[in-house]
Amino acid sequence: MSDWVDACAEDEIDAEDVIRFDHGERTFAIYRSPDDAYYCTDGLCTHEQVHLADGLVMDHIIECPKHNGQFDYRDGAPKRVPVCEALGTYPTKVENGRVLIRIG
Amino acid sequence: MKDYTLTGESSRHAVESGLAAAEWYHSDIPRKEMKELMRRSDGPATRDTLLWLGLLVLFAGIGIALWPSWWSAPFWLAYGVLYGSSGDSRWHECGHGTAFKTPWKNDVVYQIASFMMIRNPVSWRWSHARHHTDTVIVGRDPEIGLMRPPVLRRVALNTVGLHDTWFSLKRMIYNASGRIHPEEATYIPESEWPKVIRVARVWTAIYAATIGLALWMGSILPLMVIGLPRLYGAWHHIMTGVLQHAGLAENVVDHRLNSRTVHMNPISRFIYWNMHYHVEHHMFPMVPYHKLPELHEKIKDDLPAPNPSIPQAYAELWPVLKRQFRNEEYYLRRELPPTARPYREDFHERALGIPAQ
Repeated sequence: MSDWVDACAEDEIDAEDVIRFDHGERTFAIYRSPDDAYYCTDGLCTHEQVHLADGLVMDHIIECPKHNGQFDYRDGAPKRVPVCEALGTYPTKVENGRVLIRIG
Repeated sequence: MKDYTLTGESSRHAVESGLAAAEWYHSDIPRKEMKELMRRSDGPATRDTLLWLGLLVLFAGIGIALWPSWWSAPFWLAYGVLYGSSGDSRWHECGHGTAFKTPWKNDVVYQIASFMMIRNPVSWRWSHARHHTDTVIVGRDPEIGLMRPPVLRRVALNTVGLHDTWFSLKRMIYNASGRIHPEEATYIPESEWPKVIRVARVWTAIYAATIGLALWMGSILPLMVIGLPRLYGAWHHIMTGVLQHAGLAENVVDHRLNSRTVHMNPISRFIYWNMHYHVEHHMFPMVPYHKLPELHEKIKDDLPAPNPSIPQAYAELWPVLKRQFRNEEYYLRRELPPTARPYREDFHERALGIPAQ
């Protein structure tokens, strides 16, 4: 059984930006990098459960809108306190202009 | 008096009632505009920092050259404000990491300003994160400046830095002895504790060396440069800082109710690095200080009218504080313009006290 989920159209996300994607009870953040690659992480900051989709993407960094903690959204690694715990990350692919994420 | 400690009954109540780490009200701004507002640049903060550090060196240099004549006094007063008050705003902005685009520039200025204000750069980063999570939530916010009933003696002492500096020095020595205070342990992760202790030990050594130099010279001049300006220059950051939240609502989840924006003169704006846009800063802490005027213009129709000046803000605040001596539930309820989205009465009703008439 495939766990790939259709999340959005490619052009729904600007380059160097992020959108929120809710699926069932879960929430995710989907990123488009400056070089037009797509990435997906958990949607909430590991520090205080704030939606990262309201934050700022700078190159490959997402900054939380509440406390300015930072993650590398490619691997979820924490890059600036107050975040210490990594984000979960999920594979993505693009098919027929749609961004799919595997969240199994 | 209410329990403002972070480990008491108020703290438990805040967690149980859902006030802790709650979702807060935000004015609507289109994503594209918000991205532009949040975008970082080095230009304004580099200019302001060169000016700030240049003036510090200039005023200290003239003060030293004229020492011990009383002619040096005005230069020490100017140096003191740039040290003991601008240090506060630089600590704040660079702690958020928003002042500069380049991370190391934020970090360098943050370390300098933290030292000036005697605020452990590790502990206070976490304390301020909590202040933004739980702004003026009793039992959760470690940075509530004016509690109810107001402790004006503390504010008066702090205009010359005495209360906070005494506390900071005690805490610095406590941390330097290898210990983390139980209240600090509620908001600083254990993995960060060694850093807190290391900084406290380095600073203790610097202050000891400064005091040693003063004793060796038989003069307080070294302390006029390091340490004492935290006292004689503190008045401006207390004057502006009190206005951030004092007299307004506690235990609400809308910064329009618990924070105050006050228009100020250009010199105070430079010293305070635009934190007079305090509602805007709390609502959108990722917006750099130099973009706050632009943010204010975009959302002002959704906010209470700013106080037009510092004296007017104090004239509004003083009667509220006097009344809080008799009734600690009293607060100033800020009126919204007709264009604003209303307060969420349903959510606040339970937590709010008696509104001002």
